[in-house]
Amino acid sequence: MSAADLVQGRRIGLIRWLSGTPVTVMLAGGFMACMLFVMVFAKLLQPFAFDYIDLLNRMAPPVPLAGSTWLHPAGTDTLGRDLFSRLLVGTQTSMLLALLGTCLGAVLGIALGFLAAHKGRLWDEVIMGLVDFQAAMPWFIIALAVLAFLGNSMVIFIAIMALYGWETYARITRGLVLSAREQGYALAVRGLGARPRWIYLRHILPNIAGPLLVQLTVNFPSTILFETSLSFLGLGIRPPMTSLGQMLGEGRDYLINAWWLAVVPGMTIFFITLSMSILGDWLRGKLDPSLED
Amino acid sequence: MLWFLTKTLRAVITMWLVVTFVFFVLRLSGDPTMMLLPDDIDEATRDFYRRLWGLDRPIMVQYWSYLGALLQGDFGISFRNNLDAFGLVWDRVPKTALLTGTALLISLAIGIPLGIVAAFYRDSWLDRGVMAVSVFGFSMPNFFLGILLILVFSLNLRVLPSSGSGTWAHLIMPAATLGVSFAAQFARYTRSSMIDVLNKSYMRTARSKGAGPVRRVNLHALPNAAIPVVTILGFKVGELLGGAVITETVFAWPGIGRLLTNSVAARDLAVVQCIMILLALTMVLANTITDLAYGWLDPRVRVGAKAGAR
Repeated sequence: MSAADLVQGRRIGLIRWLSGTPVTVMLAGGFMACMLFVMVFAKLLQPFAFDYIDLLNRMAPPVPLAGSTWLHPAGTDTLGRDLFSRLLVGTQTSMLLALLGTCLGAVLGIALGFLAAHKGRLWDEVIMGLVDFQAAMPWFIIALAVLAFLGNSMVIFIAIMALYGWETYARITRGLVLSAREQGYALAVRGLGARPRWIYLRHILPNIAGPLLVQLTVNFPSTILFETSLSFLGLGIRPPMTSLGQMLGEGRDYLINAWWLAVVPGMTIFFITLSMSILGDWLRGKLDPSLED
Repeated sequence: MLWFLTKTLRAVITMWLVVTFVFFVLRLSGDPTMMLLPDDIDEATRDFYRRLWGLDRPIMVQYWSYLGALLQGDFGISFRNNLDAFGLVWDRVPKTALLTGTALLISLAIGIPLGIVAAFYRDSWLDRGVMAVSVFGFSMPNFFLGILLILVFSLNLRVLPSSGSGTWAHLIMPAATLGVSFAAQFARYTRSSMIDVLNKSYMRTARSKGAGPVRRVNLHALPNAAIPVVTILGFKVGELLGGAVITETVFAWPGIGRLLTNSVAARDLAVVQCIMILLALTMVLANTITDLAYGWLDPRVRVGAKAGAR
């Protein structure tokens, strides 16, 4: 088979794969790809610096509306800051924080889940006790108070985000590891004399990665809502920085004469959570058909 | 009985951990007199207030006396207006209970029937429609939904009030805002739980006995499908309370959530602590009751707990 045939074959494979995927999933995937692109390149894409103040063009509406200006096609806020640039940077902040929070929480939870399954007895009891404790705390409300009292610190905010949702990963990982350990492949590798760490990382982790990845996707929307809710209340991301929730919180005060200040970032948050929910559902069906409702 | 005692003990320990966690984390933020009193006040006045509020003692002494006072139902005094913190919070409880209760009832009344119908006509256009709407429902951030509702019904159509709690009309938008995502979630849980049950062999038996669809759903499927839904209900209380904080802030609904955001902004330590402890208590109680109800509804759980399985 020549190289051209291979490319051809691959292309057909891609087309077949795409044609089997629902349109909604493709749209959601495309939207999330754009959001990831914005997350990486927001600062390069912005037409103005997101905090550049243009007092002559304050509260300009987005383009099709009366009084809009092509200088700021998406409109401006109360200080004349370009809404499109703010939207890009706000999306970047929200996406980065949600991604960081989800990943840190997943790593913490998965590690503790492995530890609980491996050590058993007291370790298991303590870790699962912590899991129950975390699940029984009104974490959003505690986060709110902690952020208000401990002030505007990025490190604390990220730590609070990481602690949000770790217990689900720990619980799932523990269960998966306990059952995977008894399966043929794990027993075989153990019989060959492999060390526990090798078995866990090289053999069991890849095998249980599917359900964990699904959980990651399912958790992402609630993490981004966690960040945006706190920022909306003025407690997470605060000026001069901006995030989607912070923009929405600011725009809320101008609903009567500048509704777009709240609606544009709000719709962005909604589309992100919607896309991730659609992707999560689809991924769950793909990776674990037994879980499909 | 032993099973009951372990559950209760676990709830008590969780409460103690929450109280301790909240106490120390909030104290880490520094001297409350620095935040509450003006910057240019002299040291003698500052000392007077430190002694008045007991802040001059070592932190462990403060912790034990706080814990002791809590056990007697004393939540301390509001720094802001010198009133009993618990009384301030308690006055707001009915409003929050009204809001969360209405939202929960609405979401159950909408979500459960939709889930049953979707499961019964699985893979039909009806099922797809319900599921699509439910994805929209729980992806919608409640703070944004609230703002959209205010924009449409208060500012454009001018049919509903945007803030306050005077009349029944005031309740409509906050309850809808809080309820939508729960309705969507209950529809999904009910659907998947029903599908699970509808595939069971006893459903085939019922059908072969000649039971009609209504009888099969009501008498055979629903009681079994209800178990997972009841369990989830209890674990959603925390989410419901968190949602109430945001909804109350958006609609200026005078409940606990709004008191919390106001007290947090004013650094009113005693009130914030009191609210957090009461909310945690509500959540822990709900979880424990759910656990117990689950064991009562499904005796296999109790037996499993006795055998030492988790």
